[in-house]
Amino acid sequence: MEEIIQKVKNLSVGFKSQKGHEISILKNITTDIKKGETVGIVGESGSGKSTLALAMMGYVKQGLYKMEGECIFNSSNLLNMNNRELEKIRGRKIAMIPQNAGQSLTPNLKIGYQIDEALKLHTSLNKNDRDKKISELLNKVRLPSPETIALRYPHELSGGQQQRVAVGMALAGNPDLLLLDEPTTGLDVTTQAHVLELLNFIAKDTGTSMVYVSHDLGAIAQVSDRIIVMYSGEIVLEGPTRDILQQPIHPYTYGLLKSIPKLSLAGLPDSMPGSQPQPGTKKKGCSFYDRCNLAEDKCKKNSPDLEYINELKTSVRCFNYKKLIKQKSENQSNIKRNEKNIKVNEILNLTDVSISYAKQKLLDQIFNKITDTNPTVKDINIDINKGETIALVGESGSGKSTILKSIAGLLRTKEGKIKFDKDRVLSNDVKKRNSSDLRAIQLIFQNPDESLNPNHTVEEILAQPLKLYFGLSGEELKQNIIELLEKVRLGKFYMSRYPRQLSGGEKQRVAVARAFAAKPDIILCDEVTSALDVSVQAAVLNLLQKLKEDFGTTYIFVSHDLAVVRAISDRVAVLYQGRLCEIGPSKNVYKFPSHPYTEVLLGAVLEPDPDIKPKLVAEDIVEDKPPEKGCCFQGRCPRFLGDQCKNETPPWQIGDNGNAIRCHINIKDLEKKQNGN
Amino acid sequence: MFFLIIKRILLGLITLIIVSLITFVGTEVLPGDACTTYLEREAYGAALEACYKRLGLDIPAHERYLSWAFSVIQGDFGYSLSGQMPINEVLGPRVKNSMVLASAAIIIGIPIALILGIITALWRDKLPDITISTVTIFAMTIPEFISATLLILIVAIWLEWLPGIVIVPTDVTITELLPNIILPVIAIAMIMTAHMARMVRSSVIQVMASDYVQMAILKGVPYWKMVFKHVLPNALLPAINVVALTIAWLLGGVVVTEVVFNYPGLGRLVIESISNRDLPTVQALAIILASIYVSINLIADLLTLMLNPRLKTLQIRK
Repeated sequence: MEEIIQKVKNLSVGFKSQKGHEISILKNITTDIKKGETVGIVGESGSGKSTLALAMMGYVKQGLYKMEGECIFNSSNLLNMNNRELEKIRGRKIAMIPQNAGQSLTPNLKIGYQIDEALKLHTSLNKNDRDKKISELLNKVRLPSPETIALRYPHELSGGQQQRVAVGMALAGNPDLLLLDEPTTGLDVTTQAHVLELLNFIAKDTGTSMVYVSHDLGAIAQVSDRIIVMYSGEIVLEGPTRDILQQPIHPYTYGLLKSIPKLSLAGLPDSMPGSQPQPGTKKKGCSFYDRCNLAEDKCKKNSPDLEYINELKTSVRCFNYKKLIKQKSENQSNIKRNEKNIKVNEILNLTDVSISYAKQKLLDQIFNKITDTNPTVKDINIDINKGETIALVGESGSGKSTILKSIAGLLRTKEGKIKFDKDRVLSNDVKKRNSSDLRAIQLIFQNPDESLNPNHTVEEILAQPLKLYFGLSGEELKQNIIELLEKVRLGKFYMSRYPRQLSGGEKQRVAVARAFAAKPDIILCDEVTSALDVSVQAAVLNLLQKLKEDFGTTYIFVSHDLAVVRAISDRVAVLYQGRLCEIGPSKNVYKFPSHPYTEVLLGAVLEPDPDIKPKLVAEDIVEDKPPEKGCCFQGRCPRFLGDQCKNETPPWQIGDNGNAIRCHINIKDLEKKQNGN
Repeated sequence: MFFLIIKRILLGLITLIIVSLITFVGTEVLPGDACTTYLEREAYGAALEACYKRLGLDIPAHERYLSWAFSVIQGDFGYSLSGQMPINEVLGPRVKNSMVLASAAIIIGIPIALILGIITALWRDKLPDITISTVTIFAMTIPEFISATLLILIVAIWLEWLPGIVIVPTDVTITELLPNIILPVIAIAMIMTAHMARMVRSSVIQVMASDYVQMAILKGVPYWKMVFKHVLPNALLPAINVVALTIAWLLGGVVVTEVVFNYPGLGRLVIESISNRDLPTVQALAIILASIYVSINLIADLLTLMLNPRLKTLQIRK
């Protein structure tokens, strides 16, 4: 029998509502963490996964309290300990790696000090040894030149570096158990893949047990031996990673896996209806009842227990799990996208567009001289056809959102032209654009919480574009608003609601409705699904596709999530440091990524399948700005040629399959090299 | 960093020039002038002309502004009309008195405010917080002329512990002044301390809720070490600017309190010289008060810049 390191027994955590009701966030959780294993806890926002991880450190967030149960570590209950006793365990026996390292490192203290603090508390090393140990730790998490990093402040490091520091800090006390709360969320794909690889290495190297909390099944699949799926504060499924992902026998997990877009499959993922119940709203029966397609009458009345199935080594909380056995999750039904609407009919044309964030000096401004020879975005040439969905992809700093803002007129271009409807040049200043141009191009933002005015009702939000562009009023206005709401599948009764009364998915639907209210020709989508849970994301993607087919709208879709882009776009443009690397039909780019950067990017994408490992072909160095001359990707390119790449801007070449790339190496040779690997 | 300091100082100077222009123009366009006020009913004919000549009011306004500004730069504010003596001599003891009052209030008020703010934040919603917060809200909302009057009534009239109003010559020595300032200091410090304590409280609470404080707890950092190393440096940084504004407000003369207690400071001088239409003195005071505000804000900005590693490196990199 393997040694159990932490035992969670009948744990319930909750809060008291203003009316004095007890509302639980975690309901009767029981599980064991064994020595040396990595357990993934997965669930959507609000499922209680982070609360569970924190409870494993004896920490309950302010406002919450333990209602029942215990977390036993080394035969003592962490939840009954006082602060003194906990201080000796936290950081030394159990350490935490937080979600957002940027915000979790104290801003006024140097990196070295913060690690030293942990060492001072949890080891008996003297000053010299501690300094050595700091370098050793920073080296272990593969940070370049540890001595200089130790003297930096947190804000002077990139996101990936901050996350590595947090890992190093957690390792300082040499803990037996590491808790990781969404440690790679918010990192770029290539950085994420590298951090995960590092964590896997550490787990093997030190034999530390890990609890990995994430909403991202792709990341969980790469690191964990066992998966716990949480829904509405309960464990609904628990078992070995491979079994859970390849044969999910709980309807929620089944639906969740189907709603994740995958790189290998074209088409939109299935969406799950509804959303997770709010804490305190559920009375009786199974918490997944409302969204379940296997639900029966007894599911409404009785809530199922977590049942252990011996032959599968899996625990499941469902009456009807047998119906899901043997039904493989792979057969993604794939709502086919209708591509007939695309005509070779240019609607928007970007010619030699350059955008710079650098401030112009006063004199240069007067003489209207452009001094920035190395602008943030340079030489962008894209023709966009009516009715197509073109995606701009790239890591943070690739300029994808910058280009979007310039198309909307919110950011001035330095050079180049943006032409609309064949030959009309759009002004680069939104104030100088006329009303019909403004109407024609609409934006949907990433975060509906920030893009919807919290003091306006849904009716007021949707009335604005209708009044502004079409001068509607009275009954006609109201009718139009109701029609819009129906189109985004929201009922009439949503009109009087405020944004705070809506769920994340509903809010984004209102934002979509507002964009469509203007009857635009082009909609710019800026990371529109990034703030949403996977099951909601699938629903929004399907909605966008449906609306596009109905109205023939053109989408320019910006996302860092390559699988989402694969699902929705007809054509994809890959950007690095504000320069175009590759552009072509999605199916070809994803099948044969020709440009070395596209290859690196696609290789790092995590699939929710433990058998598909990411390929790490390039270092995840973060470059501050693009190189002055030569190829933009020279600093990280795995196929770097030398002086030619350093000095000469690579030419465009078009492959047989229609992909255009910018590289010195012949496109056919690139293909051969990739196959050779 | 160096260029930034120079830039800020230049901006401060520009502010001062604008202030001086506004006060000059303002006193210019008011009906009547120093001579009509001074001569009252005799303000006509030869006497008025002689007065104009004596005060130099017969030369064009812009020339007068330039020559006035030039002597101000040299440290000479001209001649007070009502006091019949150089303004510098009028101002000297007043500035000193105001400084004494302000320093006493600062020395007592700021530490108390910090301690109260931190206590209320750390024991949030517990008894210490509820008691102190109730008191500070009271202290904040009662206007100073009421609290000052009540203090005089209770301490000076009923209990007869301290003098109720300050009856000393303007140029007293500091030791003679000290017992007189106790009541005014209490009256001022009450409002100031309450304001600052509330500010510090909300700032500390905000930092306590941050991810990095949670991280420090989960790292096993002992409570008080966490408070002093991780919380306070980050919580008190934004307080610097509020403290600076309070100091500037104090040095600029707390007009109402000074009048109630008959305290011979800058604030009362402002009231006096306005009612006497002593325009040169009003101008001088405007310039002095403006420079106090400008320079204290400048110091606060530089201090924030130096203490906040985020801003510091940002500036050096540029």
